[in-house]
Amino acid sequence: MSTVTIEAAQTRIPERTTEPTSVEDAPPGSFVVTLIIRRYIPEIDDEPRWQDFDVRVLPTDRVLDALHKIKWEQDGSLTFRRSCAHGICGSDAMRINGRNRLACKTLIKDLDPSQPIYVEAIKGLPLEKDLVVDMEPFYESYKQIQPFLIANSTPPAGRERVQNPVARERFDDTTKCILCAACTSSCPVFWTDGQYFGPAAIVNAHRFIFDDRDEGAQVRLDILNDKEGVWRCRTTFNCSEACPRGIEITKAIKEVKQAILTGKP
Amino acid sequence: MATTIDTPRSAPVVRSRRGKNLEKWGWIFMRASGLVLVVLLFGHLFVNLYAGEGVSALDFGFVAGKWANPFWQWYDLLLLWLSLIHGANGMRTLINDYSTGRYMNRILKLSLGGATVALLLLGTLVIFTFDPCPAASDPELLPSFCAAVS
Repeated sequence: MSTVTIEAAQTRIPERTTEPTSVEDAPPGSFVVTLIIRRYIPEIDDEPRWQDFDVRVLPTDRVLDALHKIKWEQDGSLTFRRSCAHGICGSDAMRINGRNRLACKTLIKDLDPSQPIYVEAIKGLPLEKDLVVDMEPFYESYKQIQPFLIANSTPPAGRERVQNPVARERFDDTTKCILCAACTSSCPVFWTDGQYFGPAAIVNAHRFIFDDRDEGAQVRLDILNDKEGVWRCRTTFNCSEACPRGIEITKAIKEVKQAILTGKP
Repeated sequence: MATTIDTPRSAPVVRSRRGKNLEKWGWIFMRASGLVLVVLLFGHLFVNLYAGEGVSALDFGFVAGKWANPFWQWYDLLLLWLSLIHGANGMRTLINDYSTGRYMNRILKLSLGGATVALLLLGTLVIFTFDPCPAASDPELLPSFCAAVS
């Protein structure tokens, strides 16, 4: 990028942007909330910096709506991920007021809008730009636990593999994972060096280890018995609190530990 | 914001897969020794600080009296070994967490191991050879009750 472009970009980003909407066309019940966002544009910034934005929102708006308003009406350079915007794709996990949440599932009214709302990227993964981090190390751990059905037998001709409801219930909780990385990036052990497999990988291993149609449990238990595996978990419950899907992650990790100890799921 | 956690800019080092490790046994040891330590520690505190005359009875003579009984010798030996190894293993975890440099990690763990072994040996030696009034030493330096003993 040339110097000219960098300067042009710098002038585009005022340190504090005034509220563009006039009070006359504001919807009833709306109010102005301040979002303080941790910005980092690698072409411009040496270090991340905090920038304030005032946005007119409704109490039932989500943090994602506020971010959209900033991006569409105030500062187009604000960068964040979102795909479905309805809590299923897991793209917009971010740290909102110090807690990992999905921006699309966090309502403004649940955050005390009288105070500024702090928004920053999730921690422990390499920061790429504004609220976007490099998810590759996270996916790498996920790949290593072999997150697919391993079955050597063939299902009965013309039929699927049958499973009774009780056996399904065994791993039901961990099927809910959307790989948003809110848990892994809230884990203090993962923050230290990023080597730990992390809660999300263990949750997804749990989903197959306790599936009675799967035959690869032992393989996955051996992988998670690694130096960087389940034993690094300190049961701080950050992951369970962070999970936007309400998965009991620490419990799942405990069950995997137990399975390694007893040698069978 | 008050909380700042360094965000790594570069991709983390690729995780090295090493075959066997003792982390599972470390984990089991921490749980088992923790349970035993709760019992041993409260027993220790009760006998030393509360039972009988309580904390005022604590002196060289009290310790010598306790260690005249093999039960307390082995009790304290178990307490010493379990708590030291439990603590050292916890410190090892912290070193593994926060010291990522290859050499620093090695140096810290070697010093920790050295200190632990030295304390274990010294403690064990004291438990089995403790004498509050060693013969042929300057009476000025000995506790007052030694005069009565000799």
